[in-house]
Amino acid sequence: MTTVTKVKQHNDLQKFLLGNEALARGALEAGISFAAGYPGTPSSEIIETLAKSAKELNLYVEWSTNEKVAAEGAAAAAISGLRTLVAMKNAGLSVALDFLTHLSLTGLGDQQGALVAVVCDDPDAHSSGDETDSRWLAKFAYTPLMEPSTVQEAHQMIQAAYGLSQKHRCYVILRSYTRLSHASSLVEMGEIRPSQPKARTDPSSCLTPYLAKPKHDAVLRKLEQIEKEFDASPFNKYLGPDTPKLVVVCSGSGVTSATEAIELLGLEESVGMLKLGTLWPFPKSFVQRHLKNVAEILVVEEVDPFVELHVREALYDAKPSKQSVYGKLSGHIPGYGEIDPDRIVQALSSILKRDYQSRSAEYSKAAQSVVDDVLVSRGLTWCPGCPHRGSFWALGKALKADKRDIYVTGDIGCYTLDVFPEGKCQMNLLHAMGSGVGLAAGLGQLGKFGYDQPVMSICGDSTFFHASLPGLINAIYNKSNMILVILDNQATAMTGFQAHPGVGYNAMGEPTNRIDIENLCRALGAMVTVSDAFDIKGTTAKIRELLKVNEGVRILILRRVCELLRMKREKKKPLVVKVDTQKCKGEKCAICYSAFRCPAFMKDTDTGKASIREEACPGCGVCISICPSKAIIGEVQAS
Amino acid sequence: MSLNVDPLNLIVCGVGGQGNILISRMIGRILSRKGYHVTIGETFGAAQRGGAVHSSMRISRKRYYGPLIPKGRAHIIASLEPLETLRILAAYGNENVMTVTNTQPVYPVAVLSRRREYPELAMLKKTVMTLSGAAWLVNVTQMALELGTPIAANIILLGGLLGTGKIPLSSAEVEGEIRSTFPASAAELNLKALEMGREAILASASS
Repeated sequence: MTTVTKVKQHNDLQKFLLGNEALARGALEAGISFAAGYPGTPSSEIIETLAKSAKELNLYVEWSTNEKVAAEGAAAAAISGLRTLVAMKNAGLSVALDFLTHLSLTGLGDQQGALVAVVCDDPDAHSSGDETDSRWLAKFAYTPLMEPSTVQEAHQMIQAAYGLSQKHRCYVILRSYTRLSHASSLVEMGEIRPSQPKARTDPSSCLTPYLAKPKHDAVLRKLEQIEKEFDASPFNKYLGPDTPKLVVVCSGSGVTSATEAIELLGLEESVGMLKLGTLWPFPKSFVQRHLKNVAEILVVEEVDPFVELHVREALYDAKPSKQSVYGKLSGHIPGYGEIDPDRIVQALSSILKRDYQSRSAEYSKAAQSVVDDVLVSRGLTWCPGCPHRGSFWALGKALKADKRDIYVTGDIGCYTLDVFPEGKCQMNLLHAMGSGVGLAAGLGQLGKFGYDQPVMSICGDSTFFHASLPGLINAIYNKSNMILVILDNQATAMTGFQAHPGVGYNAMGEPTNRIDIENLCRALGAMVTVSDAFDIKGTTAKIRELLKVNEGVRILILRRVCELLRMKREKKKPLVVKVDTQKCKGEKCAICYSAFRCPAFMKDTDTGKASIREEACPGCGVCISICPSKAIIGEVQAS
Repeated sequence: MSLNVDPLNLIVCGVGGQGNILISRMIGRILSRKGYHVTIGETFGAAQRGGAVHSSMRISRKRYYGPLIPKGRAHIIASLEPLETLRILAAYGNENVMTVTNTQPVYPVAVLSRRREYPELAMLKKTVMTLSGAAWLVNVTQMALELGTPIAANIILLGGLLGTGKIPLSSAEVEGEIRSTFPASAAELNLKALEMGREAILASASS
């Protein structure tokens, strides 16, 4: 990842940046001193980028244990007069929301601090369990929300968001999304001015939402004021002909997609575009001004019809003569997923009765037969050397040996891939971060209702600290009958190996207190066992032992560092792993490539025997113990 | 060199871990410095876990285009895996698309676990050629192994792309970018990889 601060030494204020890097750079130019977050795709690079600049610019940057704690830390620093940032993905906003709804009512106090919450949505759920639309939550929480449409605009808009936050003493949500956070382009930057703000809090007053009614009223009046400012915001603009036949209303990634769709259909002379960058409070008069004389309106946006409903409301209030509003509610834009040029082309073609063909019908037909007959989907799977492959292999053996219907709850991390098409599908109930323990704790109470299935829950180390801990304490306190397996791979691996309380270093790479999961669990009063994720035999035996006990919370910690992290640190293979083709039973067995499914294995198409792709094999050697014919050999590499 | 089409839509694809994102960003940085408006959109999800990964690049003299290429509108496809080449062709290809592709398969897990068959390689290559206006098929994985650096396959592919002469880049510019991207020791090897890829394309006429 790029270090965004270095540019100033080269006196070169242009740099090719990822959307998230541009947001980080914009925040630095706005003078932030404090940033916190919890990793989550597509948001993680914001805090990572800021952490890289922490030392040089005397910032404080942390990976917090979860998004609520991150928001609280950043808010406290803002209340002390600093400019601060909190970053999270859409799911994280739900975690932080209890606090953030309260914070809207009190505001940030009188110390002139400012807080921007960057929330990265994931339309299409590329790397999420859902594609929830954060814009509703800004409305729900009575706080302003802005949404940039390009990497360059993200860099400018976040600076404006700090101005707005400081002026109105409220936090501002800046909504990003996968196609912005993970797009890159050249960014024209400003200078980062060194600042040394003094943090101070006022002990003579109380900032609290309690006695909420008058505060609610004040917030509503503040939002009215902000709406007036948004009506004149440079982030909202009309582009196109003076008397358009149709206007496309868009925001976020809809802006570049709409521009392109209009161009592809050659409609530049007749179709205009109303681009919105400030979405809440909704800039109603601005929209009325530009749309009142337009006969046909198409609203394009991602996921939910948020803008569309507010456009309809604004037009209803303006009482114009006959108008047609198209979008998700009319069925012209699908009610889910990302927006792209094709969706807009399709909607415009249908409304304006235009023909559009991206390529010849003959080519499309050939392409379709490739899709139907040739393509094989590339399901996600654990990396070669992943400790989870060993853990789930041992788990599978233990579950199979036990004759009862064991019920397994799962959680969010790389191990979630177990329920993907290429996984082993050993987890039966899987929801949000930390929910695995809470769900298992509930099931573990059902004995008196005739529930006799053993209950097991699986979570990772970062997830354990994020939201599993309260569930675990609940389970122990209420004497639930369950097993918790903690897959401790020493990183928040799914999102890029970020630090967490169990690793002994922080976001800025400094050594810090390491919270020992084993000691913590023992202190809570659980029965605790530890094993190595690659010790298949030992782990299987330990799971079987825990399954024999039929009361209380039993915990198994499976330790083994994430293989990608190990490789980064050690830069060499521990073993050179080979297949002895004399011993390999080939297709008669096929356990290694067919059931264990480490992607480093290949089936030799001529002999059916196993072979190992040298470039993919990390040399972990876990496969040696799963081969019934002892045909897999590991040799220690000469150093 | 000017653009024959504007925007020029280039897709670099492969499987998680093959390094296609790195080469698209290198191309993006060079072209940005030359005054092109470049936007890259990366589709990777949980890419390190064997998934399909592609970067879509929009290169224009006029303005910044959005990161998503309209379906059927790719001009050039550079791919590190032949099945991925076909996946991208099916969605973004057209009669005139130019393809540079690795021919070494990376098997999806469904193939390893014998639930699906990997398409027969000769048929795969033929279909790539049928669906491309011009196609170069090279085994960059094999070449990288011969070089002794399996991970340099992406740079060999970049050399191949350079060899086609269809993107507005000069050898000197790419070499400069390699020197500033990699530490000195790795840079030499990657410069060799770049040259290998370029020569391989120049030696083989497009089919």
